[in-house]
Amino acid sequence: MEDSTSPKQEKENQEELGETRRPWEGKTAASPQYSEPESSEPLEAKQGPETGRQSRSSRPWSPQSRAKTPLGGPAGPETSSPAPVSPREPSSSPSPLAPARQDLAAPPQSDRTTSVIPEAGTPYPDPLKQSSDKRESTPHHTSQSEGNTFQQSQQPKPHLCGRRDVSYNNAKQKELRFDVFQEEDSNSDYDLQQPAPGGSEVAPSMLEITIQNAKAYLLKTSSNSGFNLYDHLSNMLTKILNERPENAVDIFENISQDVKMAHFSKKFDALQNENELLPTYEIAEKQKALFLQGHLEGVDQELEDEIAENALPNVMESAFYFEQAGVGLGTDETYRIFLALKQLTDTHPIQRCRFWGKILGLEMNYVVAEVEFREGEDEEEVEEEDVAEERDNGESEAHEDEEDELPKSFYKAPQAIPKEESRTGANKYVYFVCNEPGRPWVKLPPVIPAQIVIARKIKKFFTGRLDAPIISYPPFPGNESNYLRAQIARISAGTHVSPLGFYQFGEEEGEEEEEAEGGQNSFEENPDFEGIQVIDLVESLSNWVHHVQHILSQGRCNWFNSIQKNEEEEEEDEEKDDSDYIEQEVGPPLLTPISEDLEIQNIPPWTTRLSSNLIPQYAIAVLQSNLWPGAYAFSNGKKFENFYIGWGHKYSPDNYTPPVPPPVYQEYPSGPEITEMDDPSVEEEQAFRAAQEAVLLAAENEESEEDEDEEDDYD
Amino acid sequence: MDADSLLLSLELASGSGQGLSPDRRASLLTSLMLVKRDYRYDRVLFWGRILGLVADYYIAQGLSEDQLAPRKTLYRGAPLLSPQVQIKEETRLVSVIEQIDKAVAIIPRGALFKTPFGPTHVNRTFEGLSLSEAKKLSSYFHFREPVELKNKTLLEKADLDPSLDFMDSLEHDIPKGSWSIQMERGNALVVLRSLLWPGLTFYHAPHTKNYGYIYVGTGEKNMDLPFML
Repeated sequence: MEDSTSPKQEKENQEELGETRRPWEGKTAASPQYSEPESSEPLEAKQGPETGRQSRSSRPWSPQSRAKTPLGGPAGPETSSPAPVSPREPSSSPSPLAPARQDLAAPPQSDRTTSVIPEAGTPYPDPLKQSSDKRESTPHHTSQSEGNTFQQSQQPKPHLCGRRDVSYNNAKQKELRFDVFQEEDSNSDYDLQQPAPGGSEVAPSMLEITIQNAKAYLLKTSSNSGFNLYDHLSNMLTKILNERPENAVDIFENISQDVKMAHFSKKFDALQNENELLPTYEIAEKQKALFLQGHLEGVDQELEDEIAENALPNVMESAFYFEQAGVGLGTDETYRIFLALKQLTDTHPIQRCRFWGKILGLEMNYVVAEVEFREGEDEEEVEEEDVAEERDNGESEAHEDEEDELPKSFYKAPQAIPKEESRTGANKYVYFVCNEPGRPWVKLPPVIPAQIVIARKIKKFFTGRLDAPIISYPPFPGNESNYLRAQIARISAGTHVSPLGFYQFGEEEGEEEEEAEGGQNSFEENPDFEGIQVIDLVESLSNWVHHVQHILSQGRCNWFNSIQKNEEEEEEDEEKDDSDYIEQEVGPPLLTPISEDLEIQNIPPWTTRLSSNLIPQYAIAVLQSNLWPGAYAFSNGKKFENFYIGWGHKYSPDNYTPPVPPPVYQEYPSGPEITEMDDPSVEEEQAFRAAQEAVLLAAENEESEEDEDEEDDYD
Repeated sequence: MDADSLLLSLELASGSGQGLSPDRRASLLTSLMLVKRDYRYDRVLFWGRILGLVADYYIAQGLSEDQLAPRKTLYRGAPLLSPQVQIKEETRLVSVIEQIDKAVAIIPRGALFKTPFGPTHVNRTFEGLSLSEAKKLSSYFHFREPVELKNKTLLEKADLDPSLDFMDSLEHDIPKGSWSIQMERGNALVVLRSLLWPGLTFYHAPHTKNYGYIYVGTGEKNMDLPFML
């Protein structure tokens, strides 16, 4: 036991507090300071107004046994070895303590404060525990220290009080308390685990009580902030031991403040901020998933497949060119869309896909991808609809036969024009939309001609929700997804252009046929395309051609003759041939140059520009549609691309006027018997009656005359 | 949008699709700086781009210290030669800009404040709107002299803060629903688009000082709005 002067030891302790690991050995009573904090007893010591070290020194030594026992207090001040344990102990070599610590460490660690103490950093608790284990009054450092500590813990109050009195560095004190906490927590454990050594029996309940009181005091919650000193101190010590700042003692108050603030923000701001930021995190999560998808599956094979497949377009390259034209979504956004497209191609069997554009909406926007499925991979949903239609027609006929009594209505609804098959005409491509990259892609249903016809007559903003109803006149047959699809079809038909010669007609047998099919439907890339000079592209519109079929006013690209299909009603066929002959609609054939496009009231339908006037040699040709504001096309001579960004409406110089309702139908044929006439006025009635009477009179007169004549004859 | 933060602003407003090509951006930056120096403006805003048939006009506005004072508008672009049109293109341009400004130029609440002496100043302590505020139309004001303010009842006026609420808010715009509010990038950016003057985009990043508006369009009012909603 070393009877170093307590002050010295304390100093040492203090110095070594930071080090904590310092060997405790040999410092039996040496580390009263250490021991105190480590042991829970110090808590109690705090309470006790005992003298400082002296009491410590006086007591602790025996306590090695004590130490083991509930740090809280048992083993009381048996240790009479006055050696100031704590101060010494820290300075002594930590090694012996180390192993012991581990032993001891275990139980206390379960406690809160012990857990607070980082294992790396806090030798305090360990030595204490160990010392307590050892319980040797011999100058075993560890044991002694332990003992000391424990003893001191037994008298936490005196220690602590003493500490306070002595106005040690705060750090020291904190450390002490740290230890105290440690031990405090372990106290309970120890109490259970280790029966009080012999000495502890004598443990004055006073000590226990004081310790308990001290701890209770420390745990008392502040009325202002809801914290308690116990937690705060243990947190602080943890933080210090974790971070090991220089001159911790000097910045101690700041550390204390920081710890408080950290707690504070966690408790109070969590509620407010989390709600607001949640959607941001959600979308970030989804977009993170986009970035991670590449790593999902096997590496080599996938790479080869991907490079060979080529279904994904080079969106970034197109975006670069469009940016030269001043059109685009910003690089980050475009990249995310790129990744989303990649995800689309990975999950669906897609032959080719393209970033079609973005349609703005009121609440949300649509990112649109134009997709061509691989052969035979289409999803056929529409067969059901066709079947239903046929059934309906059959039923209506049956009804007509039955209900002869009611006047038959002569009105025959015009037969619905069937939609075009997939992969032809307006349904050549399938479109997927999503609201934001990262959200799931939704497939748009194929468009039917009726929808296109009505879409031409209405003008509505998109809300951003695909299932929103379209309330309009004439009533649109479908909801927003159908309207969106119809507008996409119209925009594609009107504004998708390519440089002349890029596409050529396929080498099929038939040339221009005059049947219902009409015109060439298919085209393919021209492998011999040599590019056109950018200047030429800008100067003359005839260098650009439409490569999407024009949509007839019927709503289809390929003329459908509804007359021929009416084979059921033969009688009316003949009639119809005469009266209802529908002219075949013909639209401009595929690959028509856009110079043939109609003007809109003296406004040219297209505007061409060079992307840059300052550096013309590297400029690209940009085509901007005036008919569909927001549709752009660019070409650098060899490459080209189309893009749309806007609200999805056509430009009209006149204001929109909704169509008037159709005239009221004639309910019945007008004939003489049911011709409506005005009621005769009074004069007319009288005149009529007079005339009638006159006639009657005349007739009577004639009769009477005839009678007279006859009578005369008789005579 | 402020000339100082032009690049960032353009990036934030890019959701509407129309932006500036790199060479235009570069030239604009330079020229706006020059304008600021030559005319001694306090702030120079890049107002936007009016698309023409042949070429586009790039418009900038200069603001003096008093934010609400009438602004000077500068344009650059190729004038359209159109002999048929009686009105000079320039006049038409100016009137369009003024119309748009009066109708749909907006700023968030709190960005400007009014001093008792009259002039309005940029509020240096404006930290941005909070998220809940950013989603409400009432947190945005028209960037012009108030028109409807006087018509408010005394009861409503009592709730207003005279130093901040001295302009008309968007809440009472007619027709209702002529603004589309969207949050982009999760909640990190709020974008308002005018449906009455399509092409006007206003953006603001909540909790930051970034905000601004830009007009890119043909300069035509959307008269069909009531049918389209």
